[in-house]
Amino acid sequence: MDRRKFIQTGSMALLGSMTMPSMASSNIAGTDAKAPKDAVAAAMKHFGVSKEDVRKVLSAALEKGGDYADLFFEHSFANNVSLMDNAVNRANSNIDFGVGIRVLAGDQTGYAYVENVDLEDMLKAAQTAARIASGNKKTAPVAMKGLPIIKNYYPVIQSWEEVTLKEKMPYLQKLNDAIFALDKRVQKVSASLNDETSHILFFNSEGAQYYDYRPMISLVAVCIMEENGKIENGYAARSFRKGKEFLNDDIIKLLAQEAVDKTAIMFKAIKPKGGEMPVVMASGGSGILLHEAIGHAFEADFNRKNTSIFSDQLNKKICNEHISVVDDGTIPFNRGSVNIDDEGIYGQKTYIVKDGVLTSYLHDRISAKYYGVNPTGNGRRESFRNMPIPRMRATYMEPGNVTEEEIIASVKKGIFAENFTNGQVQIGAGDFTFFVKSGYLIENGKLTQPIKDINIIGNGPKALADITMVANNDKIDDGTWTCGKDGQSCPVTCGMPSALVSKLTVGGES
Amino acid sequence: MISNQNKKLAQWAMEYAQKNGCQGVRISVYSGSNTSIDLRNNKTDKLQQAAENGMSLNLFVDGRYGTFSTNRLVKKELEGFIKQAIDSTRYLAKDEARTLPDAARYYKGDKPDLNLMDNKFDGVNPDLKMSLANDISNEAMGKDERIISVDSSYSDNEYSSYRITSNGFEGDQNGTSFALSVSVSMRGEGEARPSSYWYESALFLDDLKTTGIGQKALERVLQKLGQKKVASGKYTMIVDQLNSSQLLRPIIDAMSGGSLQQKNSFLLDKVGQKIGNDLFTLTDEPHRKKAPGARYFDFEGVATQPTNVIENGTLNMYLIDTYIANKMKIEPTISSLSIPVLKPGNKNLEQLIADIDKGILVTGFNGGNSNSTTGDFSYGIEGFLIENGKRTQPISEMNVTGNMLALWSSLAAIGNDPRPNSSWQIPSLVFEGVDFSGL
Repeated sequence: MDRRKFIQTGSMALLGSMTMPSMASSNIAGTDAKAPKDAVAAAMKHFGVSKEDVRKVLSAALEKGGDYADLFFEHSFANNVSLMDNAVNRANSNIDFGVGIRVLAGDQTGYAYVENVDLEDMLKAAQTAARIASGNKKTAPVAMKGLPIIKNYYPVIQSWEEVTLKEKMPYLQKLNDAIFALDKRVQKVSASLNDETSHILFFNSEGAQYYDYRPMISLVAVCIMEENGKIENGYAARSFRKGKEFLNDDIIKLLAQEAVDKTAIMFKAIKPKGGEMPVVMASGGSGILLHEAIGHAFEADFNRKNTSIFSDQLNKKICNEHISVVDDGTIPFNRGSVNIDDEGIYGQKTYIVKDGVLTSYLHDRISAKYYGVNPTGNGRRESFRNMPIPRMRATYMEPGNVTEEEIIASVKKGIFAENFTNGQVQIGAGDFTFFVKSGYLIENGKLTQPIKDINIIGNGPKALADITMVANNDKIDDGTWTCGKDGQSCPVTCGMPSALVSKLTVGGES
Repeated sequence: MISNQNKKLAQWAMEYAQKNGCQGVRISVYSGSNTSIDLRNNKTDKLQQAAENGMSLNLFVDGRYGTFSTNRLVKKELEGFIKQAIDSTRYLAKDEARTLPDAARYYKGDKPDLNLMDNKFDGVNPDLKMSLANDISNEAMGKDERIISVDSSYSDNEYSSYRITSNGFEGDQNGTSFALSVSVSMRGEGEARPSSYWYESALFLDDLKTTGIGQKALERVLQKLGQKKVASGKYTMIVDQLNSSQLLRPIIDAMSGGSLQQKNSFLLDKVGQKIGNDLFTLTDEPHRKKAPGARYFDFEGVATQPTNVIENGTLNMYLIDTYIANKMKIEPTISSLSIPVLKPGNKNLEQLIADIDKGILVTGFNGGNSNSTTGDFSYGIEGFLIENGKRTQPISEMNVTGNMLALWSSLAAIGNDPRPNSSWQIPSLVFEGVDFSGL
C-alpha cells in the first residue's frame, strides 16, 4: 500500500539512480501536430478517434447527471540509454497509450481509463465514471471549440522521436570521460539520458479541445570517489522540456564539473551538531523549502477540505512584506511548464504570496469552482491513469535587496544549506523537512567547515514568518525534481534567492 | 489470470524476436484491474476503476542487452516495435556479462499453489465496497467536535503475470489484495490541523479486518494533539511496527549487487562480518502461504528459497542476479528478497515501552535520507517522549541522525508484533543511545 494515500503529505525528490529508457519511435501525429492549426485533427487521426466517438463517450459520461466530463488521450514514448563502467551498454524504452475519462458531479469525481480507443471499451469506462452522479438529468456536451496552443513554452527544434540511440550515445561517453579526467579519485561513473515525448489530446463537455506536444529530457551523472579508503558519491542532473538541441558540449562540461565538485566536498564534510539554529538557504535548489513549507499547503484541494494549515489564511499577511512567491507554468523550457494544464486551462504565472500576503491558492477546476475564482492552470496528472489534482509547476521566490554575503555575515553560528536531495511535508500539521546533501557551518559570519547528510525540519507558517533576509541572487534549479502526491508523480522545479531562516531544527550529533 | 490469447502473444513475441536476431529473450505479459472508493465525511468523493495490461521484453542481441515495454498489445504494432528494439540494442556497446540465467536455476513449477488469489475478486458487490468504507468512516464521524474531516477508502486490486524465456523458463504469478483505510483530520493548536490514519489489508476479502479502523485513526490523532519538540540529546529509540521497515531498507539496498559492483554500498566487503549485534537475525521466507510477497521465482525466473540473510549480526549474503554474478565473477544468489522476516522477540510495543526509562517512541518518519556509500542517515520524526515506561509528551519537528551500522549494533530489543499482511515482517524495534535533535 502506498502510505501517501493515508497521510496528507506531499514530497519531492531528485530522481537519482532512477533508470528509465531509448529509441526512436513511430512518428505519431508527427510534425503535422506541432502546427497548431491542424493539431487536433491530426492528433484525432493519430489516436484513431472521430468527432462522433468523442461526442458519444462524453454523452455516456454524463448519462447519470454529471455536470462535467473530460477525455484525456495520451500516447507517450520514453527512452533511456545509460552508461556504466565506461560503456554505453543499456537501453530501455516504453510506450504507453490510453484514455482517461473523468466525470464531475459537484466536487465528486468518477474516473476510469482504458488502454485502447475501441468505442465499446471507452463507452464502458465512461459509464463506470458516470456512476459518481446519481441523477436522471442528461446533460449533452456542447459543440467542440478548439483551444489552440497560443504560446508554446517548449517549442522543439529536433524531436526526440527523430533521434536514434546511436546519436545519443557519444554524449554519455563524453560525460563519463570528462568526469574521470577531472579527478584521480573517481572510481566509478554512471550516467543516463532519459527522453520522453507525450502526445496529449483533450476534450471536455464544455466544448474545449486541445492537442499538446510535451517533450522532456533529463541527463544524470553519478560519481563515486575514493580517498584513503573512504568512499563517497555525488550526483548532478539537468532536466528541461527540450528536444535534441539540449545536448551539447557545454551541458556535458557543466554536469561533469558539478558531479565531481559535489562528490569531492563530501570527504571534507562532517555531521554538524544538531539543534535549533539559523539556516541560510543558498540560491537555487533551496526552493525545496518553498515547495514543502508552503507550496503543498497552498494546493487548493487541501484548503477546500479545510485540512491545510493555511486553510484560513487567504488574503492575510503570513510573512515579511518583502517576500513574494510565484508558482509559474510559463518559464520557457522549464521542466514544470505547461502550455495548457491537464484539464484544459492555459498555463499561467500565479502569485501565491505577494508582498507578504497569501494571495492565491493553486487551483484545479473543482477548487476554483468551490472558491468562485478562475482556475490557475494547476490541474495536472501523472498520466491518463490518474485524475488531475492541484499540483505545483515551477515554484520560486522573487529576489530581495541584500547580497548573499550580507546574509552570511549576519549569522554568528548556523548552517549554510547548499545541495538537496529530497523533502516532505505534512499538510495539516505543517511540519516539513528537506535533506541537505552538503553545505557549510557558518561561524562568526563566515562559511567554515563543510557539512553533509543531515535532515532539516521546520513548521511551514513559522518558517515562512522566520525568513528575515532575502538576497538579490534569484535562481531556478533545473534538476530532475519530481513531486509525489496521492500516489501520482509530477515533474516540477523550484528556485530561490539566498535567504535567511532565523530558526530551523538541524539534524546532527548531540 | 493471463488469457490464453496473451500467453500465445508472448510466445509469438519470443519467437519473433529470435527470428529477427535475438540469441536470448525474456518476455512477460501482465494484466491487472483495480477499484477504489474514497469517501469524505461519508459522502462519495472519488470512484475509480481500471483494467490494464502490457508486455515487457528483455532482449539479448549479439552480446548486447536492451529492455522494452508497451501496453499496445497489437501484433502488427508489436512487429515494428520488436524490430526497432533489436535495431536499437545493436547500437549499444557489447556487455558479455548480460546473459539469461543458467536454466538449472529456474523454478520448475513443481510446488503447490501459494494461495495468493481470491477467486471471489470479480464478484464483490459494489454496494458492499461502499458500505465497508462507510462503516469505518462512521467509527470516527461525529465522535469529537474538533474533527474537520474523515476520509475513508476501500480499494482492491488483482494482478497476474506470465513470464517465459528462450532457454526454457515458463511461470505464472497472480494475486489479489483488499484494503480499507481511514484518515482523520482535526483542529489542533493555532492553525494546525493534525491528522492521522489507520489501515488494514488482506489478500482475501474474507480475511480483511473491517472494523476498528476509523476508531484507531481517531485514537491516533487524539493521542498526538499538543505535539512539541523536546531537548536534543541521546535517547533510547523505539520505532513502532508501522515504521520499523524504514530503518531496515538501507541495509537491504546496500546488499544489492548493482550497488556493490558500483562501490555504492556501505556493505562492501562485509559478507561474513558483523553488521549489527547478536539480536539482528534476518531471514527471507518466500514460500509462506497466503502471504503478501510470496513467490517461487524472481524476475529472472530463478527459484527462490528460504534463506538466512543475516545471522546473529553476521551478513551471510549479497543479492546477486545473473548479470552481477557474471560481471563480478561470483556465484549468483537471488535478485531481491521476497518476504524479509526480522527474528521477533517476545514483547509487544506496550511492553517494550514499559521497559524504557527515557526514550523516544517514533510513530512516523517525515522525510530524510540515508547515504548509500557511508550509511549515514538523518530523518525527520514524530512520536512520543517516553519517561519511566510511559508516554508523557507527544513530539514532532525533530530529527534522528546516525549511521546504519552503528544503529544496528545498538539494537536492544525486538517486538513480537510485525504487521500481519505486510510483505516485510519487521516488528517494533528498540535501539540504545540514538541522537535526536530538537530544542
